[in-house]
Amino acid sequence: MTVADIVKALDLKVFSGNEGLNQEIVGGYTSDLLSDVMGNADAGMVWITLQTHINVMAIASLKELAAIILVKGLEPEANTLQQSNNEGIPILGTNLQAFEITGKLYQLLNK
Amino acid sequence: MNQYRADLHIHSVLSPCADLEMSPVNIVNRAKALGLDIIAVTDHNSTLHCPLTVELASRVGILAVYGAEVTTREEVHCVCLVEDEPKRKLLQQFLEDNIQRVPNNVDIFGYQVVVNEQEEIVQEIDYLLHGALNKGINEVEAFVHSIGGIFIPAHADRPKYSITSQLGFVPPDLNYDAIELSRFTTEEKFLASNPFVRKKRFVRSSDAHMIDQIGSISTMLTMCGLTFKDLKESILALD
Repeated sequence: MTVADIVKALDLKVFSGNEGLNQEIVGGYTSDLLSDVMGNADAGMVWITLQTHINVMAIASLKELAAIILVKGLEPEANTLQQSNNEGIPILGTNLQAFEITGKLYQLLNK
Repeated sequence: MNQYRADLHIHSVLSPCADLEMSPVNIVNRAKALGLDIIAVTDHNSTLHCPLTVELASRVGILAVYGAEVTTREEVHCVCLVEDEPKRKLLQQFLEDNIQRVPNNVDIFGYQVVVNEQEEIVQEIDYLLHGALNKGINEVEAFVHSIGGIFIPAHADRPKYSITSQLGFVPPDLNYDAIELSRFTTEEKFLASNPFVRKKRFVRSSDAHMIDQIGSISTMLTMCGLTFKDLKESILALD
């Protein structure tokens, strides 16, 4: 399953990083502590968070994550969005909260 | 130039987590007994104990600085210090306008009270001061600097509510004046695990919640005189 597939299936907004929409997804990680994500997320995962700071992109790049989903209608800060385009790692958005979107993504990936 | 000892991060009884003994009177008396030259009462998202602390401290020759420990949207704790009472009012307004208001539950968090010199309660804050602001760390930094203040991410080495725990690492473009390290680390250890920190300006503060923690760790600063301007200059000259 690719990032584009989950965008379609979960009705996500694509803020930036369109270049990475064909990236394959291996799983997901839900956390708002960037130190925790840095330590525990794996390459190819989709990261679900409410954090919008530019450091999100540095962590995503370092861990080679497939995409980021911002919850609750949150939008990336301007420099975060710019970095997402530079890195080609998509930032996606949903109006759902973390519990709901995590559950939906989990179901989708484990069909 | 003079050497002054500073503890720039002390909680009063107004902070829900601080000990009842932490009244401005007791804090200033303790600071005097310890020979501290500069203190800052930095309660969680409130400056309301600063005016009394400054007045009491000035009587015994201590520079007390106005400020608060601000919780950013990312839940990074940042010590924010300002020069005088008008600036404190601006900071207080910023905090009251932007904090996410959750009612305090005194059974869980304890009372959040402002006291006077006689240690009588003069005000109780009914929303939880431990909450976060609706402002990101860059916005808090920009506001504090717009009123000439000092911006110091707190206990940066700690695994919770710190710039490293919440944001993974110190953002390279963040315009901080210094980084505060707790008593649990050293500059060398912090730099070993955070090798890309650009501005190597560090202060050590106690983050005291109890009276015997005041001054347990402190910063020696080289300053012309005992004023806020001298304090800011000396912090900016640390690296």
